[in-house]
Amino acid sequence: MMEWMLWFTRFENTKPLSLVIFFLVFCGVLFYLFGSKTRSETLESHKNIPLQDDEI
Amino acid sequence: MATASVSTAGVGTSEQYNYDIIRKFTIMTLIWGAIGMFVGVYIASELAFPFLNFDTPYITFGRLRPVHTSGVIFGFGGSALFATSYYVVQRTCQTRLFGGDGLANFTFWGWQAAIALSALGYMFGYTQAREYAEMVWPIDLLVLLVWVSYLAIYVGTLLNRKQPHIYVANWFYLAFILATALLHIFNNLQVPVKLFSLESYSLFSGTQDAMTQWWYGHNAVGFFLTAAFLGMMYYFVPKQAGRPVYSYRLSILHFWALIFLYMWAGAHHLHWTALPDWTGTLAATFSIMLLLPSWGGMINGIMTLSGAWDKLRTDPVIRFLIVALSFYGMSTFEGPMMSLKDVNALSHYTDWTVGHVHSGALGWVAMITFGSLYHMVPRLWNTPMYSVRLVNVHFWLATIGVLLYITAMWISGIMQGLMWRAFDDFGNLQYSFVESVAAAHPFYVMRAVGGIFFLTGMILMCYNMYKTIRQGSTAAHADLNVAAA
Repeated sequence: MMEWMLWFTRFENTKPLSLVIFFLVFCGVLFYLFGSKTRSETLESHKNIPLQDDEI
Repeated sequence: MATASVSTAGVGTSEQYNYDIIRKFTIMTLIWGAIGMFVGVYIASELAFPFLNFDTPYITFGRLRPVHTSGVIFGFGGSALFATSYYVVQRTCQTRLFGGDGLANFTFWGWQAAIALSALGYMFGYTQAREYAEMVWPIDLLVLLVWVSYLAIYVGTLLNRKQPHIYVANWFYLAFILATALLHIFNNLQVPVKLFSLESYSLFSGTQDAMTQWWYGHNAVGFFLTAAFLGMMYYFVPKQAGRPVYSYRLSILHFWALIFLYMWAGAHHLHWTALPDWTGTLAATFSIMLLLPSWGGMINGIMTLSGAWDKLRTDPVIRFLIVALSFYGMSTFEGPMMSLKDVNALSHYTDWTVGHVHSGALGWVAMITFGSLYHMVPRLWNTPMYSVRLVNVHFWLATIGVLLYITAMWISGIMQGLMWRAFDDFGNLQYSFVESVAAAHPFYVMRAVGGIFFLTGMILMCYNMYKTIRQGSTAAHADLNVAAA
């Protein structure tokens, strides 16, 4: 019943699979950071946090 | 030297935040720095002048070497990380440390006891014989308790934050705390010989034991000595420069890339050994890829000064921070290069490795710590630095010291590598080992001199800090102006 899991025990399967997964995650991070102008501005606004800590 | 009045420094003092624990760790950073570096200079001198062993087993190189490494990495570096992380997390989350003063004090006394007991143990010959993890198993357990408390304090403080966003410095500190917990537990899985014996056997054996050791060893560099000090950099460089970090998005990108890639690189310490070849190749590949996130951090830090480069001429604290980043960039280029198998065949087991480690440890870790402490101490004790001139002298002593050290080790290391692989016309080794030792002698002297420069700077810093603390006040809202030195 669980024989399909044996597919994951073979290096020739898991190596390209992990490459695809990690590459897609990396692309996802890139898209999250640079994909939207509004989100980019919000993210960049956080860089001021250390400079505001004396004022609060 | 331009000094700017920071009248707001009184905001957020002992009333709002737990500054007492930060002051304690700061003082111990200075003390362990002086002790650890003194021992380092002494053992460097022993290598140049062996009579300094005085036929006394307690102070031979083999026993003092872990006293030096533990003193500077865990005593100096660790205390600096506790101090700065407690400072940064409270100020960027605008909340007091989680767990009350008692738990924070436990991390202080527990950590100091672990360092002091392990140092004494090494001199009496008690060691686990695992590099950078020589502590015997009862001290490992103490460190575990301290570290879990540290994690609880840090996560609890983040959860209690009043600032909606978790600033990137905290991400680096948290990655360091989590990864160090993992590394410490799995590398120290030991079976004690007897319940009341300090001796123990590793749970692993042979090549697997070596691989576990270097999975730990390299990630101690990656998370303890890199990620955590990047956290320090991401707070103190913008604060001292008075301008935000160059790119916040770059900081997020290189954070995730760095922590993902570092975990795989440890096996490059075991090239040309019994370790399977593919494992070394995998580690070398990840090491090469590590160059990108490492330089992402370096560029982000240095470019923070974009448009304010004149501060390098006027502010010795900025000079410490930016030179630290330069050394970080240099050693994170050198590391991947040395992980290549062909380069490693020349460099491994030679002084080149020692020089590489110290360009990271002195140039990056110690310099960024010095800069951060020079920023933080005036704010903790509500007073300007006693002498900015001494800060400047310290900077030049430290810089000259590092340069002397790493240049000596480059020459010595490459020379050793070439001598050990030289063959004569008959296919015999051209040099005996002792000939390579004799050839290295002048560079061992040069290295010790470099260490003396660095140690002298450290002692000057201790004096400057002592005078600053004496003239300062720990009272909340002390009405004093702080020189932004």
